[in-house]
Amino acid sequence: MQFWIIQTLNSLALGGLLFLLSAGFSLIFGLMRIANLTHGALFMLGAYVGVAIMKYVPNLWLAALLGGLVVALFGGLLERFILRALAGNAFGQVLVTLGVAFIIGDFCLIAWGGDPIPVPTPEYLRRPLIVAGVAFPTYRLVVIGIAVVTAVLLHLLMERTRLGAMIRAGVDDMQMARAVGIPVSRLFTIVFCLGSALAGAGGIIGGPILSAYPGLDFEMLPLALIIVILGGVGSLVGAFVGSFIIGFVYTFGSALLPDLAYVILFLPMIFVIAFRPTGLFGRQTA
Amino acid sequence: MKNRIAWGLTAVLLVCFPLAGGEYYVNFASQIFIAAIFAASLNLLVGYGGLPSLGHASYVGVAAYLSAWLFLKLGFGHWLTAPIALAATTIMAGLFGLIALRATGLGFLMLTLALSQVLWGTAYRWVSVTEGDNGLRGMTRPAPFGISLDDPSAFYYFSLAITVLAIWLMARFVGSPFGATLQGTRDQARRMSALGHNVWLIRWITFVYSGFWGAVSGLLFVYYHKYIHPASLSLTASAEGLIGVIAGGSGTLAGPLIGATIVMILKNYVSSYVERWNMLLGFVFVVIVIFMPDGLVPGVRRLWARWKARP
Repeated sequence: MQFWIIQTLNSLALGGLLFLLSAGFSLIFGLMRIANLTHGALFMLGAYVGVAIMKYVPNLWLAALLGGLVVALFGGLLERFILRALAGNAFGQVLVTLGVAFIIGDFCLIAWGGDPIPVPTPEYLRRPLIVAGVAFPTYRLVVIGIAVVTAVLLHLLMERTRLGAMIRAGVDDMQMARAVGIPVSRLFTIVFCLGSALAGAGGIIGGPILSAYPGLDFEMLPLALIIVILGGVGSLVGAFVGSFIIGFVYTFGSALLPDLAYVILFLPMIFVIAFRPTGLFGRQTA
Repeated sequence: MKNRIAWGLTAVLLVCFPLAGGEYYVNFASQIFIAAIFAASLNLLVGYGGLPSLGHASYVGVAAYLSAWLFLKLGFGHWLTAPIALAATTIMAGLFGLIALRATGLGFLMLTLALSQVLWGTAYRWVSVTEGDNGLRGMTRPAPFGISLDDPSAFYYFSLAITVLAIWLMARFVGSPFGATLQGTRDQARRMSALGHNVWLIRWITFVYSGFWGAVSGLLFVYYHKYIHPASLSLTASAEGLIGVIAGGSGTLAGPLIGATIVMILKNYVSSYVERWNMLLGFVFVVIVIFMPDGLVPGVRRLWARWKARP
């Protein structure tokens, strides 16, 4: 019983982290029509920057906020000065994001070394919550809460604000959006910063669960890809549902069949690709 | 004509090379051949098919792992492991093609990337089969017709022969009517479809064919190193091949060969001084995509044409 409860919570917590990662990935893909292959590296950069900040300010939430800002700034510069130079050349942009991902990965290795760096769980969240004789790891509950709150806020941002309406217009039909005077290229920067901030903050918030280690980048990137393929490009709901599906599949796969956890990740993706190539919540016409 | 002379001269140089070059360079040249087959096979997809794959290392890795595993764990001889590995990898390419070709463009890129990352993760995790991070050790080189390939020159000529065969067959493939339809699907998929061509099938066949040559390069790879590690399946490995294709010039015959050579030289030269290959590879990506998007071969050809047309 305890096993199933713990694994379920682990799945939900991983799903929450994956949502922080893939929401930005999906929005960037939806608006800019590029797969941002630095996204895994931004997640890892966030984790390491968070570690660096916590050396001076031992507060996880502050580190997440500041780290998210740092990574957002980085993402903004990347979009403004490098991707902008390749506007209209989606393939080139994707290759550049891959190149930058390699650079970030190696930079982190130089700056923080090859050993995994654990991120301490905040003192007051270490004691498990005991309900009806079953212990729940508190930090994971908090992570799930953060993911749900983020999802609600993002949903409100997209559906209820002017900015969100402009982003949706850009996702639906960029040329029309430009024609009616929406500053689409400024939206690119905003969405890229937002996505980077979410990934970076996700890296630190995930720190106590995953810790920061070299290789985290290219471990997270395929998960984000699979989630977006599953959920559908540009769809927040898709990213949310996809994240939790992958969270469950990956956690239970690792627990029950550790050797083949990665192969099991395949299965939902193949299933969706076979029957609904645009993803569960993607538009039928791209 | 000029082209023929260039290819002929290259061939003579390559045949004579082991007589002049030291062992280090002969071995290095063999590695370049392996990288060249890999890049050329990827070029079929990227350059001629317009299908940007970021998972081509899958075929190298799977063919290498399969042959090493059959050899080491089941004790099969080389005459059995090689065809089984090639056939199985090609079948896998067929299945991957079914999945990846549900999309084109960036969707295709994402699917190939996701598929290959799944294999990479599995190679790390499935320790009972792949020995995980230790890799599979103890593979030997085959001895076709009783000639041991353990001598660097012998392996050099062996891989040279296979490279020439591979490039020739790939050139035939691209130059054939089928190759013309393939380039048609790259440039005008809709019109090709309207003309009655089965665009999907053309792409799938190319995908499988390209996977087959990837597998050939994987076999040579494992023979050369006598060792296989999950790193051969990594995104870095796929990216090295892709940047070779693009740096040399995708959609040209010589481009990927030149590009792969440059990447191998950079990789070996730099990693003998600093262990910063990934960072350099990243910079090479950024620089090439921004400043030399059509690659060396078309770039040089353009300059040459301008020089010839000078008043």
